[in-house]
Amino acid sequence: MPVITLTIDEALVSARVGQTVLEACRDEGISIPTLCHLDGISARGGCRLCLVEVAGSNRLLPACTTLAAEGMQVSTRSDRIDRYRRMILELSFAERNHQCAVCVSNQNCELQALAAELGMEQVRYDYLDPDLSMDLSHERFGIDHNRCVLCLRCVRVCDEVEGAHTWDVKARGIESQVITDLNQPWGESLSCTSCGKCVDACPTGALFTRGATVAEMHKDAGFLRRILDGREKRQWRR
Amino acid sequence: MQESSPNKSRPRLATVWLGGCSGCHMSFLDLDEAIIDLLQEVDLVYGPLVDTKEYPEQVDICLVEGAVTNLDNLKLIRQIRRSTRLVLSFGDCALTGNVTSMRNRIPVEDLLTAVYHEASSPIGAEAVEAVPALLPRVLPVHQVVRVDAVLPGCPPDVDRIAATLSALLDGQTVKLEPRMRTFG
Repeated sequence: MPVITLTIDEALVSARVGQTVLEACRDEGISIPTLCHLDGISARGGCRLCLVEVAGSNRLLPACTTLAAEGMQVSTRSDRIDRYRRMILELSFAERNHQCAVCVSNQNCELQALAAELGMEQVRYDYLDPDLSMDLSHERFGIDHNRCVLCLRCVRVCDEVEGAHTWDVKARGIESQVITDLNQPWGESLSCTSCGKCVDACPTGALFTRGATVAEMHKDAGFLRRILDGREKRQWRR
Repeated sequence: MQESSPNKSRPRLATVWLGGCSGCHMSFLDLDEAIIDLLQEVDLVYGPLVDTKEYPEQVDICLVEGAVTNLDNLKLIRQIRRSTRLVLSFGDCALTGNVTSMRNRIPVEDLLTAVYHEASSPIGAEAVEAVPALLPRVLPVHQVVRVDAVLPGCPPDVDRIAATLSALLDGQTVKLEPRMRTFG
């Protein structure tokens, strides 16, 4: 297997051809925060929390969609990166209604944990307080658009792993919302198999099991690797 | 709880309850016997637990619970800032608006109509006139005045309160570890 050598945080490391900077870093035990990334589904580069500095580029690049290259020099931590990561988190909190105290995923939320980990103390921007809805038409699950960070993990896992492509996105920019089928109530969706992969893949309290109350919703994103290992490596066969 | 023979060298502590549920103050009381040690170190000069009517001058530390929701809150928080060395956003409502700010998506007139005039037991116009005028939007404290330290949590648990107060009283910068920094 072709191997390349690059520098990450001033240390020489090797990576396989075709690996992203994020994969190369994680193989080396270097932690990079991510929100839209989920091991097992396609990379999107949407949340921008995995931004890194690459020598020769003035722009910060997302580690999840940047391929590692021979001789590349990468910095995963700097004051500039930390500043931008906190800014991204603050914008996420300001854009919708994330009152952690009354969320089903309180204490089990990747957004909440990242804010604490990356030292986001308060939000410097005006909260937008949009008037957003919930959809409780599905028999087993619900969606609260107030909690959605548009990571689109639900869209990708439903399309790429379950193969149903029930989830998609409507509108643009700040108006964007995830939808089921052609923006019909989830409970009326003909394509949804009610498998629940979207719920477990969701990093916040946006997708939840009905009946879960504050802090009761535990997500298990690790389920995806188990399914894919079983499928691709045939671990389920005797 | 103001000391009868105040020691001038002791820090003057105030606690304030703006637009919140008093849960942060309940958590403060949950310091249990540690609150006795605390009161050996400070003079508690103002707060819901003290019978002082006017916010005093020259306060060293003020724990502000709750968001800024009405004109009374606005007047008080500005006075607090003028008279206090270290202002601390105490809990999620002060820090983010939290549950208190969930009314922000509803126009104030509609809110007053629903809560006071069209409630199952309607409350008359007199009552509406007696309550302080609501601000159009609930604001976290740092969007109104400068804040020197923050203590997240709904409510912040006792460990966080103890660690924060201990740092402030020692003149240190508050530096909580990540598990103590979560909202919610």
